[in-house]
Amino acid sequence: MLLLAGTIPDRDLPLLAGKAQLTERGITIDGRSVDIDRGTAAMISVVCHITLAMGLEAPYAVVAGDIGSREGSVKIYEFLAKNLPDLGPDAVTIHYIMPDIAWNKKVLASIDSMEHPPVLLADAGGMYVAKAGGDAHRYQLFTPDLGEAAFLADEKAAHPTYTRGFIFHMEEDVPELVKKAYRFKNAATTMFIKGKTDYVCRDGDIIERIDSPNIETLEPVGGTGDMVTGTISAMVQAGRDHVDACGIAGRVNRVAGELANPTPATQVSEIIGHIPAALEKVLNGRL
Amino acid sequence: MKWFKKNKKKTPGNGKPATRGLLIYPDTGSVMQVEQILKEEGYDIKVVSPPPKYRTGCDLSVEYPLVEELGIRRLLDTIGLSPLEVIRISSDNLEPLKLVRVKDFGRYLMVRAANMKITVDKESLVIVNISGGGCPDVPYLAREMVGKPIGQAPDPIKIGFSLCAYSLGTAREELLRIMGEKNASSGRHDS
Repeated sequence: MLLLAGTIPDRDLPLLAGKAQLTERGITIDGRSVDIDRGTAAMISVVCHITLAMGLEAPYAVVAGDIGSREGSVKIYEFLAKNLPDLGPDAVTIHYIMPDIAWNKKVLASIDSMEHPPVLLADAGGMYVAKAGGDAHRYQLFTPDLGEAAFLADEKAAHPTYTRGFIFHMEEDVPELVKKAYRFKNAATTMFIKGKTDYVCRDGDIIERIDSPNIETLEPVGGTGDMVTGTISAMVQAGRDHVDACGIAGRVNRVAGELANPTPATQVSEIIGHIPAALEKVLNGRL
Repeated sequence: MKWFKKNKKKTPGNGKPATRGLLIYPDTGSVMQVEQILKEEGYDIKVVSPPPKYRTGCDLSVEYPLVEELGIRRLLDTIGLSPLEVIRISSDNLEPLKLVRVKDFGRYLMVRAANMKITVDKESLVIVNISGGGCPDVPYLAREMVGKPIGQAPDPIKIGFSLCAYSLGTAREELLRIMGEKNASSGRHDS
């Protein structure tokens, strides 16, 4: 089972934990409709599209409403800390969430108690809190963009906002950022760095660079990173090697973008629908 | 908003204070409110990373000149924004990143600060996308801001809670500055 966790920008949404399903207008989690405009829900929607297309088990989602006041985030941390051993997922992806080092360490302690610990993936707040708490090396997969890669490379920054200027200026030199992130143990075993060229890294080495098709207008579109994280999560669920999962996700994201023919004003929901076709194209091309 | 009439204050040593203090709050939203109010009141303050023992992973604190402590605390008590704790320090802390990158897509202009990107239609000035970030208020801020003219969309510093909101505010400020300059040079004036 793949478990996807994160917040939804709806202050009235209670904690929901259950199977996620695609509907005509979006997704349902534990039977309740959730908008997929961006963030955690966009990621879950992508996973639902892929698991449906590949005949895999639908993901189990743990979400709660939170617009930044952290109550929903704490509910998610608490649920994970209490229930992960019983749920026994094969993989867990933690996405938008208010970073809280103490709570995240409780979740990691809960994972430590599991006989078969899940593959641990993180993006967004889930990745920030892992790095800020000195726990990044415990994760198998991170999916930073360039700004976040600079944050991981800065051993003193507790959040991307605190990345020091001289490291912010190193973004053109991704191999150096990668080296620094791994040297200070602020990287996951495998990382997918999103940018004009996507980089797939493992244990400090750059394994693959992906730069085509180059859809420059995807960069401003909010939620394209959520698509990548969702696709990698689904590929891990499908049993793919993590580097391979990253390679597929990078190409699927670009091909879906190409099919959507986006402008900087395109919304991610207009691109997500192209994921199944993009996946088929990429998988057929690779097999 | 002006809470009390007060002239711009300068600390001894022209901005190189020997002794500073930190105001610690339970959440970033309170820090952003306090920053705005104290700056409007003319205090020489800055937002910095709190010391490690106070960090949760997404937090800020307000560094202020100790010489101003009484006035600042009285003001904050009056408006119901008393800090959880006040710490005295003598060295600089890490400051939030204020550097930005700008990318021109022809009709659209994107500004990025740290991990946050905001893109505007240069003709209509409508915010067309917000991207990046990882804290829970980012999707909320996107929902509140996208589709609105940048001059009318809410300020993320005022309605957000997190450091991501802080960075988005930095990017928005830069975008407003650039678009203001562009409009001034093209003779366009929005009321």
